[in-house]
Amino acid sequence: MTEPLISLRNVSKHFTMDRDLLGRTTSVLKAVDDLSLDIYPGETFGLVGESGCGKTTVGKLLVDLYEPTAGEIVYNGVDLAKVSAKERRRYCRDIQLIFQDPYASLNPRMTVGDIIAEPIRVNRLQPVEKIDDRVGYLLNAVGLSANYRNRFPHEFSGGQRQRVGIARALAMEPRLIVCDEPVSALDVSIQAQVLNLLDDLSEEFGLTYLFIAHGLNVVKHISDRVGVMYLGKLVEVAPKRELYRNPLHPYTKALLSAIPVTNPALRTKRILLEGDVTSPIDPKPGCRFASRCYAKGECVGCACDDEMPPLVEVSPGHFVACYLHPGAQ
Amino acid sequence: MTTSDTTTTSERPIILDVKGLSTDFVMKRGTVQAVRDVSFSVRAGEVLAIVGESGSGKSVASLSILQLLQPPGRVVAGEVRYRGQDLLSLSKREMRDVRGNKISMIFQEPMTSLNPVFTIEDQLTESIRTHMKLGKKAATERAIEMLRLVGIPSPEQRIKEYPHQMSGGMRQRVMTAMALSCDPDLLIADEPTTALDVTIQAQILALLADLREKIGMAVILITHDLGVVAESADRVVVMYCGQVVEEATAQALFERPLHPYTLGLLESIPGMEDTEDDGQLYMIPGMVPNPLNLPKGCAFAPRCSRAIDRCASDMPPLVELEDGRKLRCFVDVTAVEPAAPACAPAESSPAGPTPADPSPAGPGSGEVRA
Repeated sequence: MTEPLISLRNVSKHFTMDRDLLGRTTSVLKAVDDLSLDIYPGETFGLVGESGCGKTTVGKLLVDLYEPTAGEIVYNGVDLAKVSAKERRRYCRDIQLIFQDPYASLNPRMTVGDIIAEPIRVNRLQPVEKIDDRVGYLLNAVGLSANYRNRFPHEFSGGQRQRVGIARALAMEPRLIVCDEPVSALDVSIQAQVLNLLDDLSEEFGLTYLFIAHGLNVVKHISDRVGVMYLGKLVEVAPKRELYRNPLHPYTKALLSAIPVTNPALRTKRILLEGDVTSPIDPKPGCRFASRCYAKGECVGCACDDEMPPLVEVSPGHFVACYLHPGAQ
Repeated sequence: MTTSDTTTTSERPIILDVKGLSTDFVMKRGTVQAVRDVSFSVRAGEVLAIVGESGSGKSVASLSILQLLQPPGRVVAGEVRYRGQDLLSLSKREMRDVRGNKISMIFQEPMTSLNPVFTIEDQLTESIRTHMKLGKKAATERAIEMLRLVGIPSPEQRIKEYPHQMSGGMRQRVMTAMALSCDPDLLIADEPTTALDVTIQAQILALLADLREKIGMAVILITHDLGVVAESADRVVVMYCGQVVEEATAQALFERPLHPYTLGLLESIPGMEDTEDDGQLYMIPGMVPNPLNLPKGCAFAPRCSRAIDRCASDMPPLVELEDGRKLRCFVDVTAVEPAAPACAPAESSPAGPTPADPSPAGPGSGEVRA
């Protein structure tokens, strides 16, 4: 089996919410809690979960915007915490981010050409005289005319702006792109255009994606493997087809059934979850999903309220963290 | 629920009748015709969905109905009849009696639609006291009852909270409770679930369906999500560039969409079908035209794979087909009308047989696959 391009090993990211008089932490937000994840070269890994489940924090950990509280991030076999600042910069170049909101993530005072040229210039990726050509090439690669380089972001529609954001990420010649809900701010007809573009680019430039989304339908189209997150924990990881055909975790089942479907033949009985996502601040021991879990009754004698079930492999490549499945007990 | 009561709703009285509504935004750079000659009607107890992308005029149409438009927006033509009464001719005070009382609205963003400096109680009881002429205590009781109805746990405590103390789903429930508190006849829900997570969206939609049965109100559901429409609407109006391009019962629309735009919208949703090959998604090429500079003919023609010469020069009229279906398209009208009885919905091509279809590969394949 090929080596993973990047691995998170038991990574946690905790934020201190409150301290007592002596400065001791009394309240902790566990955005990501003891999470392990491998991403292999050339694949698209879809990461799904509701708002507040920590999926964006995972993305930010990968692009080195956050430092993990515990655990290690291994890139190409090297532990990032142990490398020199220079090595680390090199790493940052390899991993780029596409943001959710194409309206907020482009500087309104810079032309599109400057926005794309800036990372090239700062990192001296191209000799100065070649930067212009490179910008034109990148604009073409994302389906925009090279003549657009002198325009400002406000002259573009949402879908076009997202293309500019993609071109800016490509400018760094990355190996992994973290796409943080890149289409959720776009109209349906434009979503399809951007998804298709991302698909094409991954082949053309040999890219690996971590694709973050809150719904399972968008991820289904683009991903090879899908991970479902709930309150800082991965609850299920499986190859795409396996996950959609045979979801095992009660939360995954609920997420799948919550997607409104236009084809009546595909409509399944909806599982309505009670209540909201519980707070990640000072989570109770036990399974994070226990308070909303509708399958808890089926699980007699399980330690749902005492200990988080471990993520175990139930069939090749299919991992689930639930006591209902053998191996977890 | 979509299919079972379509026959009964078609016999119910029309409560809202919008005819030829046009709304303009006059600006320095030109006039944007946000809503162009839009007509539709809502029957008692039915759910009418208005579908379209951003800029299609669906929200402006609903704001025009309630006269909540801010300048430079202005209704320039048309009439809006609510139970026989012309809403557009009412004075501000008379309109205030209708708004929030007979017709109420859930706004798009639960995060910004509540006033952050007032408690939920203040905001909920305001409209109850105004419209139902209840005392303070009775109004609070009513508010608590409404919060319980929309599924907020321990409403007695939560009613004292400020909006920032609640999650997005909870705030949307408060907005829903507010809109429902005076037992409206008609509820306009403008993207009621767009800002919410999928599991919360499912909760809110189930709640709306449940309340509709309990209170018997009609709903205008404004959304861009065709999945939401398929699950909760009786009839659907599809809008593009301020115009109605297709109107049909939900069942008919999803079984056999006729307008190329509707078809494109349906096809470009990443499906949940269990297919072996997840190749390219269908996509509608190009983008929505600049509203200041709309095409002369059909607004969708520049993006349409089936456009004929005539589409670029003439505006197709909205034609009524069999069983109340309406369609604004040259191509499909000619293709479908004579063949209508023989039109069994084909499985692979949702458009059904279209003899005049210029693309040999048919919709859903061919030129759209980049």
